[in-house]
Amino acid sequence: MARARKPVVAGWFTEAGPHTDDGPAAQGTGADQDFRLIGTRCQDCGSVFFPREDTFCRNPACSGTTLEETPLSRRGRVWSYTDGRYRPPAPYVSDPAREWEPYVLVAVELAAERMVVLGQAAPGTALADLAVGMEVELVPGVLNEDDETTWTTWHWQPLGGDR
Amino acid sequence: MTDDVAVLGAGMHPWGKWGRSFTEYGVAAARAALADAGLAWTDIQLVVGADTVRGGYPGYVAGATFAQALGWQGARVTSVYAACASGAQAVNAARAQILAGMADVALVIGADAAPKGFFAPAGGNRPDDPDWLRFRVLGATNPTYFGLYARRRMALHGDTLEDFAQVKVKNSAAGAANPNARYRKAVSADEVAASAVVADPLRLLDICATSDGAAAVVLSSMEFARRHTTDPVRIRAVSTVTPSYPKTVLDLPDFATDSAAAVEPPALGLRASIAAAAYEEAGIGPSDLDLAEVYDLSTALELQWYEDLALCAPGEGAKLLRDGATALGGRIPVNTSGGLASFGEAVPAQAIAQVCELTWQLRGLAGDRQVPGARAGITANQGLFGHGSSVVAVR
Repeated sequence: MARARKPVVAGWFTEAGPHTDDGPAAQGTGADQDFRLIGTRCQDCGSVFFPREDTFCRNPACSGTTLEETPLSRRGRVWSYTDGRYRPPAPYVSDPAREWEPYVLVAVELAAERMVVLGQAAPGTALADLAVGMEVELVPGVLNEDDETTWTTWHWQPLGGDR
Repeated sequence: MTDDVAVLGAGMHPWGKWGRSFTEYGVAAARAALADAGLAWTDIQLVVGADTVRGGYPGYVAGATFAQALGWQGARVTSVYAACASGAQAVNAARAQILAGMADVALVIGADAAPKGFFAPAGGNRPDDPDWLRFRVLGATNPTYFGLYARRRMALHGDTLEDFAQVKVKNSAAGAANPNARYRKAVSADEVAASAVVADPLRLLDICATSDGAAAVVLSSMEFARRHTTDPVRIRAVSTVTPSYPKTVLDLPDFATDSAAAVEPPALGLRASIAAAAYEEAGIGPSDLDLAEVYDLSTALELQWYEDLALCAPGEGAKLLRDGATALGGRIPVNTSGGLASFGEAVPAQAIAQVCELTWQLRGLAGDRQVPGARAGITANQGLFGHGSSVVAVR
């Protein structure tokens, strides 16, 4: 049955790749040059926000109210990383009947935006593949699937780690 | 500088997993604090409750819940919530009303009954709540944030897993001497290393548990205190600062830091600014301290606090630990209570429990964990969503 692809949060990233269940994007494989996290930039002071701020600028010295979408850098450097060895509570979705598979979490420093953004690592990334300071890139991924929907997300993947 | 308020009494319900309601723990702690102060419940003019989000509606109006359970007697009431910083906010709410002349004597209470396992966000489908979203999108439990900080310290400062384990060894040794602690057994570094990894590089024994427990203090004006006691412990400062933009440290439940693209980051990050504000208000510095109680949600985070409290230079937290400076008998003992490592976290009670420990230490009544001649101490803590919390007490 064809599931609809939906971003887990609307408007946080571009909806990329072939919109089918068996395309490379669906499998979270391969870099996609067009896939980006989407932040917003205050048109008055230039401050960048992710997750997006759409109404008021949060710079305390700025009263700006015009914030426009801006794609964030596709590459950054690992600020730190960890993993989740135990099943997180809801609303994280996992199948309680299946053995828990730890996922890796990466905090990535984006040079141009001067900010750190969290994300899960691409499936197959091991702790041993990561080091603080190494370069990673953003790739599209799948968070979970239910009967009707493939919920899409973003992943960080070690550069050259095309798996 | 603001005027002092006196700590007339301190009391706790022991930490554990007792399976009863937070109200019961809170009342037990309140009665212990009142007995310690030598005051009757009916003498109290203001009740301040630190709220819990885990007790339903009574938890959101904790001040009134405790006042009703103790027996309505007409006192003013205030209830506050600031996540892990709720207790310090409660102390400060009482202090402010005492200094404003609205009450002479106040009872401050925090209590919680915690679930087993990870803290979870409130239920439902709530994509506007970043705390809900971090679980939905990232599966980012609290320990994963602690793991990120720990790995960062290893890469930046050369901290080792052995350093982290030694924090647990130190705190468990202190906690073994504390009758209110949940874990009262010395833990070895081998035991830490043999415990399961929860969020790499941190193991189960690096991360604090979630507990049931309660703490309470009786606070008063100095004038009221003079009529009831001599030479009381005094609260000289309470820091409840928020971050300054751009906040460049990833805190729970953030997906990202603020961007520093348009505005330079502040000179001090949130944790350091919490301490700086406390020192400034108290008119003392780190070299004047005899002890500190810090929020060791993880072993690695305790080392971070050493640096943020300026007990040592940035990056030298592990060295301070290795030198034995922060152990009982060291230059500046940290977490003489045993810390969260020995208590586990009972969120709204924890910052009040830190003040209880300072009170007992400054009175010289801390038994086997006493810091000889202690005259000044600081507590430090940080609540979810940008809440600073630090209390300076002196005698």
